[in-house]
Amino acid sequence: MTELLTMPPKLPDAQNAEVGASKFCPGCGHGMILKSLAWAIDDLGLKQKAVFGCDIGCSLLSWNYMDLDTVQTHHGRTTPVIYGFTRANKDAIGIAYMGDGGGLAIGSQHLVNATVRSERMLIIVTNNTNYGMTGGQMSPTTMPGQKTETTPYGRDCDVTGRPAKGAEMVAAIADPAKSYVARASVSNLKKLRVTFKKALKNVEMGGFSFVEVLSLCPLNWRTNNVDTWGRLEQMESVFEVNEFLVREGLE
Amino acid sequence: MVNKLIKEDTKMFLTGNEVLAYAANAAEADFMYGYPITPQNEIMHTWCKLLPKTEAGFLQTEDEISAGFSTIGGILAGKRAFTATAGPGNVIMQDAQSMAEMMRIPFVCAVMQRGGPSTATVIYAQQETRLTCFGGNGEGFRIVYSTAGHQDLYDYMIKAFNTAWTYKFPTYLLADGYQGKMREPVTLYDPASRGIKMTPVTPYLLGEGEIGKDRKSVHLRNTYNMEEELMEVLDQYQVDYDKMAEEVAESFEYKTEDAEILIIAHGIVARSAMTAVDELRAKGIKAGLFRPITIRPLDVKPLRAAVKRAKQVLFTESANGQLAQMVLEKIYGLTTPYQTLFKMGVGVTGDDIVNKVVEMADVPAAV
Amino acid sequence: MSRTKMVLAGEGGQGVQSVAKILVEAGYEAGKQVLYIPNFGVEQRGGVSIAFCQIADEKIGEPRFAKGDIVIMLSDRAIDRCDTYVDENSIVVYDTSVCTKKPECKCKKLIGVDANKIANEKLSARVFNIIILGVLLAATNVLKIDDIKNAMELALGKKFAVKPELRELNHKALEMGMEMVNAAV
Repeated sequence: MTELLTMPPKLPDAQNAEVGASKFCPGCGHGMILKSLAWAIDDLGLKQKAVFGCDIGCSLLSWNYMDLDTVQTHHGRTTPVIYGFTRANKDAIGIAYMGDGGGLAIGSQHLVNATVRSERMLIIVTNNTNYGMTGGQMSPTTMPGQKTETTPYGRDCDVTGRPAKGAEMVAAIADPAKSYVARASVSNLKKLRVTFKKALKNVEMGGFSFVEVLSLCPLNWRTNNVDTWGRLEQMESVFEVNEFLVREGLE
Repeated sequence: MVNKLIKEDTKMFLTGNEVLAYAANAAEADFMYGYPITPQNEIMHTWCKLLPKTEAGFLQTEDEISAGFSTIGGILAGKRAFTATAGPGNVIMQDAQSMAEMMRIPFVCAVMQRGGPSTATVIYAQQETRLTCFGGNGEGFRIVYSTAGHQDLYDYMIKAFNTAWTYKFPTYLLADGYQGKMREPVTLYDPASRGIKMTPVTPYLLGEGEIGKDRKSVHLRNTYNMEEELMEVLDQYQVDYDKMAEEVAESFEYKTEDAEILIIAHGIVARSAMTAVDELRAKGIKAGLFRPITIRPLDVKPLRAAVKRAKQVLFTESANGQLAQMVLEKIYGLTTPYQTLFKMGVGVTGDDIVNKVVEMADVPAAV
Repeated sequence: MSRTKMVLAGEGGQGVQSVAKILVEAGYEAGKQVLYIPNFGVEQRGGVSIAFCQIADEKIGEPRFAKGDIVIMLSDRAIDRCDTYVDENSIVVYDTSVCTKKPECKCKKLIGVDANKIANEKLSARVFNIIILGVLLAATNVLKIDDIKNAMELALGKKFAVKPELRELNHKALEMGMEMVNAAV
């Protein structure tokens, strides 16, 4: 029994074993997403070629989370740093990791243009429907009626517009011959791993990939276990979990 | 590796923007990221026109924010990458420049100043002096060369790459719309023929060796948890910066030995000042020029010595004293009185300076 | 020792900058020191376009100067804009067939030419600016006509190769411009 308890957790090779205890809040989705990504990198043997960039917001806490060469950038600016890198290094597999604020608000011009140019990279937007690190403000993906610090009486879509659909928007403007666009959820980590694998495979083939992942933020949502899961189910009804664009020949 | 186009001394008649593209190639720069803004566009145009011969890289980005950040990406990948901008572009590129400063990234940028604030003119100014030296939410750990004509543009663009990669501080070539757009003769050369060796570049990420076998994974960050942790880093940067300043600070003096009225000017205005000094001396007025070449860091020792020797100082700029402010801090304690000739966003001619100095000779400055 | 400071001003699209480029190229090829600054607003076409050119025997210091030795004004707006570059030593040239008014400035000499009219009636509207180049050449006398012709070959050689009659047209325009000044002086 003792022996069992002292056994180290099974970590993917692409995850940094030295980082110790997670810096993410209890119940946060980032750890699950990053681990799934690390497994996918292991699956494809990309550890020595991957360059990982993380944004500002909770995603920045991943700056030493992976056992990958990593750069932590500014809010919304991970996308240009990574495509700047992959333009200069044709062998690198670029991964830009950010939240829904970084991807769909402050960095949205980079997302749009990286998509249109089919930059050779994977952009991951973790969607937890709020700005986590700054204390739970409304984000582009905050759902109708959802309470946040800046929508304390619930998001009124007449005033603030409807939630942004990142994956659908990207799919609408991406080159179908070069792109992979999907939305996944932390409710199914096996599927998430497969999604990342496909996305990375497409980058290996010289393409552009975008994966939005529905994630959890119980601290700012102020939800318990049961309600957290309920919220994720609600999100999955608003944001369709699906593949929106799969280039031909991508398995 | 890029193909260098200039193999032997070549005299050409070019615009300054064209000179900068040739200089970057001579410095073996292998990637440019950029976004259109007047008056720097022809740097990109020339760079792109030469691509089939140089086999270098280019990316036109969606804005100056991304031009700045993708330049950083290119540098992290081990390219001698650079960008160029002006005016409002320089303003929004501060986001990336600030990150380069924090992370000691050898970011090289040519700034072709235009009128400000805001859109203002696309022509000329010296109003991005303070921004280029101290932009961003930090301390200005930057190196800024201010050029005064086409030969300077060529010489200092090459130098900027070496300074950046040697000291790992963002390095700027600060010029202006006149220098960018005007045409004058220039001699292009292979830096090797002048004994200039290019500082080698190495990737920050995905460098030599296998992660987990030969080396650990690299984790670059600009975020810190604790105040003290940040201060420790910045204190070391200051030590490095001061040491660098001793080696890098440069200035040019023209007839300052016996100068009674010392003109302090940088960039293209210093050229007008040289014309003025000659005219003034012909009139029997002992004028001289002190021109800081690095306006950050300033070449403090010769600056103080020249100011101390003079009876009066004249600051002149195409701005409202952006350089003067920086210089005054460094000459604190000296009592030489000064006057100013500031024309915001407008060229300063030799005649302007002559008239002002004649006036000063008649009625000396009091403060 | 000599330095000639020239200001050419007109409406965007009149070919002011093209003339300036040919002029300074000619100076450069002739072994002179030259410096040229194009000065324009935010628009690519339209608006007043000004070229500041200097040709000298010795290295040129200041890129911008206060007063021109010759100031050419090719529109009403150019007249308004360029008054500031004129003093009692300046020669001022304006086009009487474009401008609706006469420059009112104290200068050494005021010359009115009808380059636009002549271009339209006798040559082609496209060589209006080359007539002005001829005016400039005759009024400054710092370069030879062959210097300009060589520079024109560099700038327009490809067009001339396709349509050799263009060369003749341009040379004729150049000579007519020179004539206008010689007649006035």
